[in-house]
Amino acid sequence: MAISLTDAAAARIKTFLENRSSGYGLRLGVKTSGCSGMAYVLEFADQTEADDAVFEDKGVKIIIDPKSLVYLNGTELDYAKEGLNEGFKFNNPNVKDSCGCGESFTV
Amino acid sequence: MALLQISEPGQTAAPHQHKLAAGIDLGTTNSLVATVRSGLAETLPDENGSHLLPSVVRYRLGLPPQVGEEARAALIEDPHNTISSVKRFMGRGLADICKGCSCSEYDFAEGAGSDSSVPRIRTVAGDISPVEASAEILKTLKACAEKTLDGELTGVVITVPAYFDDAQRQATKDAAQLAGLTVLRLLNEPTAAAVAYGLDRESEGVHVVYDLGGGTFDISILRLNRGVFEVMSTAGNTALGGDDFDHTIAQWLAGQAGLGAEMTVHKMRALRAEACRAKEALSDVESVSVAVPRDDGSVWQGELDREQLNALIDPLIQKTLSPCRRALRDAGIELDEIEDVVMVGGSTRSPRVRERVGEFFHCEVLVDIDPDKVVAVGAAIQADVLVGNKPDDEMLLLDVIPLSLGIETMGGLVEKVIPRNATIPCAKAQDFTTFKDGQTALAVHVVQGERELVSDCRSLARFELRGIPPMAAGAARIRVTFQVDADGLLSVTAREQASGVESSVQVKPSYGLSDSEIEQMLRDSMAHAEEDVAARNLREMQVEARRAIEALESALASDAALLSADERTRLDAALEDLRAKAEGSDHLSIKQAIEALNIASDGFAARRMDAGIHAAMAGHKLEEFS
Repeated sequence: MAISLTDAAAARIKTFLENRSSGYGLRLGVKTSGCSGMAYVLEFADQTEADDAVFEDKGVKIIIDPKSLVYLNGTELDYAKEGLNEGFKFNNPNVKDSCGCGESFTV
Repeated sequence: MALLQISEPGQTAAPHQHKLAAGIDLGTTNSLVATVRSGLAETLPDENGSHLLPSVVRYRLGLPPQVGEEARAALIEDPHNTISSVKRFMGRGLADICKGCSCSEYDFAEGAGSDSSVPRIRTVAGDISPVEASAEILKTLKACAEKTLDGELTGVVITVPAYFDDAQRQATKDAAQLAGLTVLRLLNEPTAAAVAYGLDRESEGVHVVYDLGGGTFDISILRLNRGVFEVMSTAGNTALGGDDFDHTIAQWLAGQAGLGAEMTVHKMRALRAEACRAKEALSDVESVSVAVPRDDGSVWQGELDREQLNALIDPLIQKTLSPCRRALRDAGIELDEIEDVVMVGGSTRSPRVRERVGEFFHCEVLVDIDPDKVVAVGAAIQADVLVGNKPDDEMLLLDVIPLSLGIETMGGLVEKVIPRNATIPCAKAQDFTTFKDGQTALAVHVVQGERELVSDCRSLARFELRGIPPMAAGAARIRVTFQVDADGLLSVTAREQASGVESSVQVKPSYGLSDSEIEQMLRDSMAHAEEDVAARNLREMQVEARRAIEALESALASDAALLSADERTRLDAALEDLRAKAEGSDHLSIKQAIEALNIASDGFAARRMDAGIHAAMAGHKLEEFS
């Protein structure tokens, strides 16, 4: 059971957290919505709930609620640049299929 | 796989529902676009990695216009079709522009003949208005942002100089509309810079924004009060900037290298480029070597050190300090009240400028954010909040209504609809009614101010609502709605509820009112508070008296037969008494007279009622009414 970060992702998250000047870590999750079942949640975390799982990789705390962890286990979070656009990318081994744009997925 | 951004807790958008917002600094020389991604505001580069888009548009025959670097490169070879510094023409009439300076630079088409008509610049692609040229710049920025963010922009915040008047602001909004952008709000440039530094999150205080760009200098003094920035004063020089620094250094170089006064345009430009390079390098190092080619083909080699540079630019920096002094005086601020100075514009990178400005204001100089980008960054932060990407409690409010807005009611009284210090945008409605039987029109007089009487307030607009169906006095319901949008534009709508007839007007409430006038109006309202209450009481009583008199007169006209001569005399006496007292200035005695008249007419009213019912029921059977 683990979540990992690439170096690029870890560096960006640290910068964003510093810039925000508050926040405990990064919350990952999934929610049911979108055109293909599930969508990722990527938020700053100000607090943790009792049953949250907390991982730490490369100095960044990652918080996941137990329900989401089932879908995200083994995921590597990357920060990528595609053309002019840049942002975070989930390399999630559980995904079987995703919608055209990749914003939502099924497991 | 789509690329994701980090959201604030609980604000993750559903897929395909991204709300993308951007801040745009539409500058005289350069324009930028910025956005907030993963909580970090940053400017967006174009395909070439350049963040600054030169505000230059070149029109070509049969080809789409060029914007930016390509257009700027063509400035020399194709001057008539290449429009630069179009911001100076925004919202201006031809006469205004010619009063300025650069009238001869472009071939202005003859407008409809009037001096105030919108100027149009003649190019090979037709006559172009400044709004259209600005729209081309905005379109380019929009395309860049949408490509970078991978989606359509929901809304943008565009910055304008604090001194822009209503026409110039409207022209900027028109340009945005033409470019297909939704403007969330126009933001003052100094306010945007202050927002970028997060000064809006601090407590109250006075901040100075020193903006020395390529060709213009602006100084603004802002006061932060409960999260609201108020522009206290602005001053500046529209023909002073980094270009003048370059020019001065170039002349020094020419002198050192022994070049003659006669120079080709090409040589002059090369010399300026060298001057600019030396100036920028000296921000980091103490001394820089310079090379100037001479006419005879040899090259003059020399050194320029910081001390020499400072000596050259000091007189120019000095020229920025007198507007600073003027702005301080206008704002009525002492130096020790100032918290800090926000530095904006590329020229504030010069260590000497920072030093001199810090000395002048005796306080900290904020330089952490790139001075070229700080305005766009502030606009992006504001756009992010306005589009709803932040939790509600972080909603910052930046503008309030300086003086109450209301309408005139009977007797010259003001009925306030929106109180002062209400945050904008806002909308409020109030119901009014007719005063006379069968009244079919209503004059709506929109006023601004804190006083109780219309004569002491400022008149903003008048309009009429016609076509009210004839009804008894007080039966019509007319809803008057006041709406102030985010840019301070007020629209007033009057609507008769039964028939749906509607009439409206649009005004800019703060137009033409200086801060000191607003302050004076506020002071007056406090100083005259007691008189105002008394005046209001009196006027209200007078209106009530007139209403009572008119009601009784119309009753007498139709049903005088119901009264005995004795009763009639008593009623007439009470009526006369009220008429006389209503002219006076004691509201209590008017009140008593009204009461006396009411008592005197009680019997008459009852008899009229009976007669009315009798007339209505005569000739009918009881069953018909059950």
